[in-house]
Amino acid sequence: MTPVPGRSSADTTSTGTPSPGGAPAPLLRRILLQGRYETVTMLRNGEQLILAVVLPLLAMVGLTVTPLLDGLGASRINVAVPGILALCAMSTAFTGQGISTGFDRRYGVLRFLSTTPLGRTGLIAGKVLAVLAVLLLQVLVVTAVALPLGWQPDPLGWLPGLALLVLGAASFTALGLLVAGTVRPEATLAITNLLWILLGALGGIVIPSERLPALAQAAVHFLPSGALGQALRDAFLHGSINAGSVIVLLLWTALAGGAASRWFKWN
Amino acid sequence: MRSPESPVLSINGLVKDVGPLPTLDGKMLRVVSGISLVAERGQITALLGANGAGKTTTIECAQGLQKRTAGSISLLGQDPDTAGAGLRARVGVMLQDGGLPPSARPVPLLEHIAGMYQDPWPVADLIRRLGIDSFSRTSVRRLSGGQKQRLALAAALAGNPEVLFLDEPSAGLDPQSRQLVFELIAELRDRGMGIILTTHLMDDAQRLADYVYIIDAGRNVAEGTVAQLLAHELQPGAGEQHIRTLLFDADPGLDFTGVLPDAVDVKEARAGSYAATGALTPADLAALTAWWAARGIMPSSLSLEARSLEDVFLDISGREIR
Repeated sequence: MTPVPGRSSADTTSTGTPSPGGAPAPLLRRILLQGRYETVTMLRNGEQLILAVVLPLLAMVGLTVTPLLDGLGASRINVAVPGILALCAMSTAFTGQGISTGFDRRYGVLRFLSTTPLGRTGLIAGKVLAVLAVLLLQVLVVTAVALPLGWQPDPLGWLPGLALLVLGAASFTALGLLVAGTVRPEATLAITNLLWILLGALGGIVIPSERLPALAQAAVHFLPSGALGQALRDAFLHGSINAGSVIVLLLWTALAGGAASRWFKWN
Repeated sequence: MRSPESPVLSINGLVKDVGPLPTLDGKMLRVVSGISLVAERGQITALLGANGAGKTTTIECAQGLQKRTAGSISLLGQDPDTAGAGLRARVGVMLQDGGLPPSARPVPLLEHIAGMYQDPWPVADLIRRLGIDSFSRTSVRRLSGGQKQRLALAAALAGNPEVLFLDEPSAGLDPQSRQLVFELIAELRDRGMGIILTTHLMDDAQRLADYVYIIDAGRNVAEGTVAQLLAHELQPGAGEQHIRTLLFDADPGLDFTGVLPDAVDVKEARAGSYAATGALTPADLAALTAWWAARGIMPSSLSLEARSLEDVFLDISGREIR
């Protein structure tokens, strides 16, 4: 930050407005501000709340009252909740964040903010922060509803589970940005919603691969949805870490992140 | 002539290609081909040109929003492509499309943007100056065009910048908002801000600009103060004289041959409605009125107009329709 000569707070008293020129707020403050702003915007958006909270909770209740998850060695709720947490990450990081970024791009919001001290890097960091903040709230809500329904997570599962959620959010954020930055916002809306439904139903995220059609079983382990769902089930059911799934998630994050930074169009 | 003090913006030989475009068989399209300009502190510099002339591309390259193909740009002594938050904090940008989130409300949005700066322009003052209090609770998507423009200007000023870019600042403004915005822009200039604006409206440039660059088809075609451009010679050899138009209504079918100099072009647009254009002198006016007096002619209307920047622009860039 270069100090501007001849500038002092005394300038503000004489004319009522400061003399031109100034310095940016510190980087961390800019990112935190943007993160807070985007979090509030996400929470105020009714459609996003349905996608982020209402539908995952409905899916959780649905999986506990139907025999779909029976015979997997654990109670229905214990199998269901880790997948629901993974679904929450996909809702917020991929669909919600992708759609809002797509429309921000359409309305020139990304271009305007990138001319402020926030810049492009700060903008992306703020979005990631907002995704993590909303995801934390989702975890709290899902846990608060799941525990009375009889969810008994392995206590050793919490630490790797939360870390996996962050990793899953990272790969879904990268994928969401890739879609939002390369196609029209209407197409982003369609693609991210469609993939949410397809991956949610058949991507191994809430329904373990054992319960999927034979054709899908092998493939879902290589999808970010299947990898995150399986890794979270292993963590919360057995307190174990599924290294294969972690590698798949890391690869998706790197590939989608690289592609997004290469092809993302700001206008 | 422009001041020798170091300019806030200096662009030299800017070239910008876009594409490849499918409509051009996958070839690149050159939208800016060698634009150069300088903008000074405490001045309003206008880029004037028709839509598609390359004005917005030029200033977006200066803002770091588009990467240039060739040429050099110095914004406050730095290259906008590589500069960081330190430079961005000293530069305010108002985009043509506003760039404001539709769901946002004006006050929280301005407070948020102001938070990005160490020492922002007090938000309450911006709100008052731009009359935002009258729509402070309305979301951006419900604002009128003029209200959106005023909010976008406030957002561009949130950091109290040294350099301000305004892309078509009067688009969508009603006359009152326009007056308000123009007065503020002039005041900012007087406080030492370097202001660069693009416009396709001659009137904007004429009212606001200290220095005008006329841009056409991605190139500089003329530059100067408004007065210099207005004195732009109508015919070669006419020298630096002020071209004016005398409009009057009188008896139809009058012949002014020998009354006014041959260089003054007299047209009877409608029967009895005349326009005499040229480097009119006081002696010409005296000769004309004496001629009327001798014949007992009393015009029913009479007015003298300076040549407009629009005439200059059309003279320079040709009158063909693009």
